[in-house]
Amino acid sequence: MPTVSVKRDLLFQALGRTYTDEEFDELCFEFGLELDEITSEKEIISKEQGNVKAAGASDVVLYKIDVPANRYDLLCLEGLVRGLQVFKERIKAPVYKRVMPDGKIQKLIITEETAKIRPFAVAAVLRNIKFTKDRYDSFIELQEKLHQNICRKRALVAIGTHDLDTLSGPFTYTAKRPSDIKFKPLNKTKEYTACELMNIYKTDNHLKHYLHIIENKPLYPVIYDSNGVVLSMPPIINGDHSRITVNTRNIFIECTGTDFTKAKIVLDIIVTMFSEYCENQFTVEAAEVVFPNGKSYTFPELAYRKEMVRADLINKKVGIRETPENLAKLLTRMYLKSEVIGDGNQIEIEIPPTRADIIHACDIVEDAAIAYGYNNIQMTLPKTYTIANQFPLNKLTELLRYDMAAAGFTEVLTFALCSQEDIADKLGLDISATKAVHISNPKTAEFQVARTTLLPGLLKTIAANRKMPLPLKLFEISDIVIKDSNTECIQYVGAKNYRHLCAVYYNKNPGFEIIHGLLDRIMQLLDVPPGEDKGGYVIKASEGPAFFPGRCAEIFARGQSVGKLGVLHPDVITKFELTMPCSSLEINIGPFL
Amino acid sequence: MEHQAVVGAVKSLQALGEVIEAELRSTKRWELTAEGEEIAREGSHEARVFRSIPPEGLAQSELMRLPSGKVGFSKAMSNKWIRVDKSAADGPRVFRVVDSMEDEVQRRLQLVQGGQAEKLGEKERSELRKRKLLAEVTLKTYWVSKGSAFSTSISKQETELSPEMISSGSWRDRPFKPYNFLAHGVLPDSGHLHPLLKVRSQFRQIFLEMGFTEMPTDNFIESSFWNFDALFQPQQHPARDQHDTFFLRDPAEALQLPMDYVQRVKRTHSQGGYGSQGYKYTWKLDEARKNLLRTHTTSASARALYRLAQKKPFTPVKYFSIDRVFRNETLDATHLAEFHQIEGVVADHGLTLGHLMGILREFFTKLGITQLRFKPAYNPYTEPSMEVFSYHQGLKKWVEVGNSGVFRPEMLLPMGLPENVSVIAWGLSLERPTMIKYGINNIRDLVGHKVNLQMVYDSPLCRLDAEPRPPPTQEAA
Repeated sequence: MPTVSVKRDLLFQALGRTYTDEEFDELCFEFGLELDEITSEKEIISKEQGNVKAAGASDVVLYKIDVPANRYDLLCLEGLVRGLQVFKERIKAPVYKRVMPDGKIQKLIITEETAKIRPFAVAAVLRNIKFTKDRYDSFIELQEKLHQNICRKRALVAIGTHDLDTLSGPFTYTAKRPSDIKFKPLNKTKEYTACELMNIYKTDNHLKHYLHIIENKPLYPVIYDSNGVVLSMPPIINGDHSRITVNTRNIFIECTGTDFTKAKIVLDIIVTMFSEYCENQFTVEAAEVVFPNGKSYTFPELAYRKEMVRADLINKKVGIRETPENLAKLLTRMYLKSEVIGDGNQIEIEIPPTRADIIHACDIVEDAAIAYGYNNIQMTLPKTYTIANQFPLNKLTELLRYDMAAAGFTEVLTFALCSQEDIADKLGLDISATKAVHISNPKTAEFQVARTTLLPGLLKTIAANRKMPLPLKLFEISDIVIKDSNTECIQYVGAKNYRHLCAVYYNKNPGFEIIHGLLDRIMQLLDVPPGEDKGGYVIKASEGPAFFPGRCAEIFARGQSVGKLGVLHPDVITKFELTMPCSSLEINIGPFL
Repeated sequence: MEHQAVVGAVKSLQALGEVIEAELRSTKRWELTAEGEEIAREGSHEARVFRSIPPEGLAQSELMRLPSGKVGFSKAMSNKWIRVDKSAADGPRVFRVVDSMEDEVQRRLQLVQGGQAEKLGEKERSELRKRKLLAEVTLKTYWVSKGSAFSTSISKQETELSPEMISSGSWRDRPFKPYNFLAHGVLPDSGHLHPLLKVRSQFRQIFLEMGFTEMPTDNFIESSFWNFDALFQPQQHPARDQHDTFFLRDPAEALQLPMDYVQRVKRTHSQGGYGSQGYKYTWKLDEARKNLLRTHTTSASARALYRLAQKKPFTPVKYFSIDRVFRNETLDATHLAEFHQIEGVVADHGLTLGHLMGILREFFTKLGITQLRFKPAYNPYTEPSMEVFSYHQGLKKWVEVGNSGVFRPEMLLPMGLPENVSVIAWGLSLERPTMIKYGINNIRDLVGHKVNLQMVYDSPLCRLDAEPRPPPTQEAA
């Protein structure tokens, strides 16, 4: 969930009233926001870097507000204020207009070289804008918030904003070899080639995260004006020449990306938010973008879409009984201008360009419910009559757990993920023999594989509890995962869980007879008699690298091998940092269902 | 007779009951230590050093070898009885400074020996005590008198009832030693269930009581398709990032997907349909095939709902599951890479948001949580969505206890569920309520191999709707 940080006093000034922290928290809750933290720049710096560094910082009160991940229109002060004012019916939602310029329209021409790297671009112009320091900061901050969220850290969309008065169109969006791109980037004093820049930014804490997007491509995207001035090299950096300042009056905005839909949304959000400060409020000057196939489009789209939803559908989905007129009023408070039409049960809803999150009638239903107030909805119990069933494997597991404890064993709960070493090396096995599934992106060795046996978890639990009085008698009933290429398997994923029961006895003596006795007890509980017959169980001498030679047996039950028991090999005991003899038992309980 | 032997006899008579009455009267007195007695007899170490020095002096090295040499030397020096000449030809030599001296230490110790300790000042006594020559001993004495059950013949009390006493009836005539009811009993040898799994059992019980059927969740490995795409979670969604999800190297891809359904999901994502605008992006099958460790059990709910949709005619269901999920997250005191998710799902005609809230109220009441409120929220696969908050008496604030919503039509309709069927669902983690319930601050103290087994041994029954144990009061503490 993105967090937007706004100055409290500035927010209250824009809202036209003040609130106590509790009142504002309540308002946020009702609207689906969360007042996450009340702080100041000084407090933030002092927390992160100590009081000394914070000495000169501002102590203006900041509200940190959590915004739902799909509400891009609430990512800046301007949007938050507009949303809350409309919600509280203090203002009407503004209407955003795209206008043609008096003179020539600004043109952005896309060349076909961009196709393989970043094929889409959109553009628009904000005319006669009036920034102040706070407005300018908010403008920059909104771009950053959009970059981090909908733009997926600039991978899907990157935004460039430029002082139009320093440039001369038409503009060209193309892609070139890095060595052929040379310009003075933002915050540098001289020109560099793109190759040099990529090197320099490797150590830049902010920009280094975006380099991978184009780094290994033969051509880098770049935008020029008609004089060959570089506007930007998306998605990395803008040129210094066209940088905007608090005094900039005319802004050229370009968004390039790999996702056309998102590029259009991002452009719409920026212009709808900041056209508020243009001389002609909420109007945006169109720009023309010519695609490599020669087709030309005008942006920003600023599309208003009409949706039709029946009032009784909203009532039915929410569980309320409001008149269509009231529902239209509720929706209008959510920035969705609505009116009752037709037979008096139809509501026509206008979806503004700021509400790209509304893609289905269910989104409209939710907004009606929010405006109605979730906590005002009458709670009722569904009449759904059903008979409950347990999942058979879990039912058996529950029954066995209780009787394992009754047999004097203590239940542990260990991780399903572990290192290769835990399931292979430490048990004297080669990793290839384990048929384990491997994780491709573990952050540490603890998460290399899914366990193929419960034994390592139990032994690690003993190792962490060596101070406890002996004997230690532990068990776990849980799932392990084995690779399985059988396509009959309903999961179709190439791996399968098996429900295992594992128990260990750890003491000054190996206690094989205890573990053996536990097996006999388990079989008694499962109603499996001793004996070689098909319905019975028997143990037969066996070998295994984890077991002491001659002290290992394989367990056969109901005609199949279900597991092993035995005295652990001294090497296994040592590798798990244990010192006492230990015997163990591990079976698959699936066959006993 | 040895004093301690008399004390022992008094105590064992006391143990017989009211045979005697004994009033304890302690007295304190001063006694010489073994070293003190030696000094009273032979003089202090410093006096012995002084006496051993002849008029022509003594080599310091030789003096140090005397039994009293080391202690006596420094004391005699500070008393200014002797001096050291460091310039002597064959090493430092010690000479007398005075002709004679008074051995005060010996005199004082002799006074104490003679029972006249009170003649010494407090300061003098404590100085001698510091030198470990004098010790203050407490002498326990008893003032003994006849008790109410006084007798000159005593019989030993029986400790336990025996089979012989029962058969012979001798228990009638024997006195029995009273029990000390303040002592602790002997805990039985027993096995124990893990606290988190005890809580899991209770949650299963609650769902079963409410008529919910358990879904199969025994597949930790899932395809991106079921984990994300089927839930209408777009392929560029941040949750599908390497930073948040464990993907598999082997087996890297799902072998088989239900292709008809996959086509409908693809169309809904890329072009819309079922009344939706869709996300309008290029949906890729390769991305959907990628295997991962499921990030939520909602993938299992999706499979269950898909199976339900294939059965005609539609029958209403209530489903639940509690099982492990995996996140490639940054670990801290409350986050592990794996945790348990609890999920409840109801599918029926005409379910409302009010129904969802109603069922949540019943569910949380069974957990002992009665004060609820609902906050609008955003989840990719539910709309409307609501976070569930409860008022925490201890923290004196509203805390989030679960997440819920109505599954999006874009998720349900491609599965083949009828259009007028709504599916409401909610989820929460098993660990969080358990940590709150048992007052555990670090999740590693609850889950994984690093838990303290003593905690497992000592953990009480899990009774979610029972009042928690009150905090210890000042007096009790």
